Amino acid sequence: MNVWIKSLIYSVPILLVVFTIVAYLTWLERKFAARMQSRIGPYYVGRPHGWLQPLADVLKLIVKEEITPKNVDKLIFNLAPFVFLFAAMLVYTVLPFSENIIISDLSVGILAFIAISSLSIMGAFMAGWSSNSKYPLISAIRGGAQIVSYEIPLLLAIVAPCALAGSLKTTEIVKAQKLWFILYPVVGQISFLIFLIAGLAEENRTPFDIPEAESELVAGFTVEYSSMKFALFYAAEYAHLLALAGLGTVLFLGGWKGPFLPGPMWFAIKSLALFLFILWIRWSYVRLRIDQLLKFSWKFLFPAGVLNLLLTGLIIILK
Amino acid sequence: MEVQRISENGFEELWVNMGPQHPASHGVFRMQIKVEGENIKEVIPHIGYLHRGVEKLGETVNLVQFMPMLDRDDYLSAISNEFPLALAVEKLAGIEVPEKAEYLRVISAELMRIASHLVFLGTFCLDMGGALGGGTTIFLYTFREREKLLDIIEKWTGSRMHPNLISFGGVRYDLYPEFDKDLKTFLDDFEKKIEEYEGMLGNNSIFLARTKNVGILPKEVAMGYGCSGPVLRGSGIKFDLRKANPYSVYNKFEFEIPTGENGDVYDRYKVRMEEMKQSVRILRQAVDGIPEGPISSQMPVKVAAAVKAPAGEIYSAVESPRGENGVYLVSDGKPTAYRLKLRTPSFYNLSAIPYLLKGALIADVVAILGSLDPVFGDVDR
Repeated sequence: MNVWIKSLIYSVPILLVVFTIVAYLTWLERKFAARMQSRIGPYYVGRPHGWLQPLADVLKLIVKEEITPKNVDKLIFNLAPFVFLFAAMLVYTVLPFSENIIISDLSVGILAFIAISSLSIMGAFMAGWSSNSKYPLISAIRGGAQIVSYEIPLLLAIVAPCALAGSLKTTEIVKAQKLWFILYPVVGQISFLIFLIAGLAEENRTPFDIPEAESELVAGFTVEYSSMKFALFYAAEYAHLLALAGLGTVLFLGGWKGPFLPGPMWFAIKSLALFLFILWIRWSYVRLRIDQLLKFSWKFLFPAGVLNLLLTGLIIILK
Repeated sequence: MEVQRISENGFEELWVNMGPQHPASHGVFRMQIKVEGENIKEVIPHIGYLHRGVEKLGETVNLVQFMPMLDRDDYLSAISNEFPLALAVEKLAGIEVPEKAEYLRVISAELMRIASHLVFLGTFCLDMGGALGGGTTIFLYTFREREKLLDIIEKWTGSRMHPNLISFGGVRYDLYPEFDKDLKTFLDDFEKKIEEYEGMLGNNSIFLARTKNVGILPKEVAMGYGCSGPVLRGSGIKFDLRKANPYSVYNKFEFEIPTGENGDVYDRYKVRMEEMKQSVRILRQAVDGIPEGPISSQMPVKVAAAVKAPAGEIYSAVESPRGENGVYLVSDGKPTAYRLKLRTPSFYNLSAIPYLLKGALIADVVAILGSLDPVFGDVDR
């Protein structure tokens, strides 16, 4: 089949599904956070329980005035949200929703995921730089420092399951998991923890949401954005987070595997559970400071990741 | 048109404006901060955005009419604003206060102290954790408790935050019949909730990393700036007007004055947490010991001008949740004051901010400002 037709057939539904899910994830997050904080959350827009709230949010953002401030670098400023979104959406190409449902089963799937996903900082940095404003600039610099420090522990954590599976192909990794890798003695748990922490940092989630620390930098690199361009940043962030939860599912939770239900269902359930776990962390911790964050990465996560990798190697050799 | 970029002259040094509209400026406070990367080199604070001329108002309206205006001064703890003016006028005019009224004053003041510290805790964590993170959770927890407390005050006085409770010679409103029960239910519940907050914060290594050894205010500096209240006590000085110069019936109650050791953000937080526990202790003793009797020694006045303070001058102060809240009253025998100077604790506590912020990081700004717990109605008057 022509590669263009194939990619169109797969990507359009996935794009639509991901966007719908992302919209409803905001609703889910608000409901979840509300429950944690003994509130109700969205309620009135669409009974029961404000199920139309995401739609209302999207509509509101669409009809808002689109402002491009005068002194910004117009091309880069307008391009930045799309770069951010592009990086977040492209990673879905290598996620296997089931054994056969995968856009492109690259032989270096995991590597592609990481490479594309780190591109998202380019979007953030472009936004921060082109805004020609102080808060976004500081935010972009923070974001750069953060991603450089956390990419390495994240990679080290990801390499461990890849080594255990003996492949970088996402489908192969899932197939290799007779036992979920998170249950693999010692190395499984350590690499999952490092993956989770470094992943949170890469996604700018609390307690690592330092680039957009709103009590310090108001809204970080999105300060100057309005309307849909602003919304794109948020949609991309959620899409990226969901993709990360998907990657966690593939690497550690056995991907689409599970009894009774079809593969994609299991994949969705596991990803969602991981996503909710990330939300749980988000709504219970305060934020770290940038220097503590970098120190934590280089002095703790990085050595832990290296040791974990050595241990993994040892286990593979001994087998 | 040539676009001027902020990074034109290099961005090693930037002047960043924080406030007056800023998510963490605790009201309307503006700081010009010179940053080099993340490090703060210089801070210029700007106050006065909430200046309402309260002192001048005090010279133009009658003393009785001034009481509700004073409520809005430090709007989070209204009673501690009313208290010093009442003490001043009573002392000047030689008005006796019935013991029951003194008990009610203490109860209301301590309730307000808890309410105010709860706002501190909530907003402090909001600054540290962000509106879209763990901070909001604690913020909403503290406001849940505060709501119950304000309900009690509303049931008692008819007003939630600015009750206008204290009158010259006593208090305006008597307790309602089930007050004891309501208060005790609240206190029992609240003691458990304090443990919950401490579990969420005191054992949280991220919170400790953010607060310990940050914004250290040495004893001498704290005294030099005229700091008082939890800011001073956090630096290790045991000074509390409730013990140092007991007013009302505070000398009848057993309570301790918590102090910190290092004078950092964590100590100021800890002192306030302990103070809430001590307030609970005082409230428990007070509510059991309320004597019978009238609530005011004066007849209610129909004409506001009927209350006059005899000529003379006097300073009286109470321990508000923020520190020494004083009133310096000069009277020439008319119903209005000749001069009324307010010594508001937030102003003096806030003046330490250029000292505290120098050399700190951007992220510390919000933690340090939050730990001083300024109320801008109180700063700008």
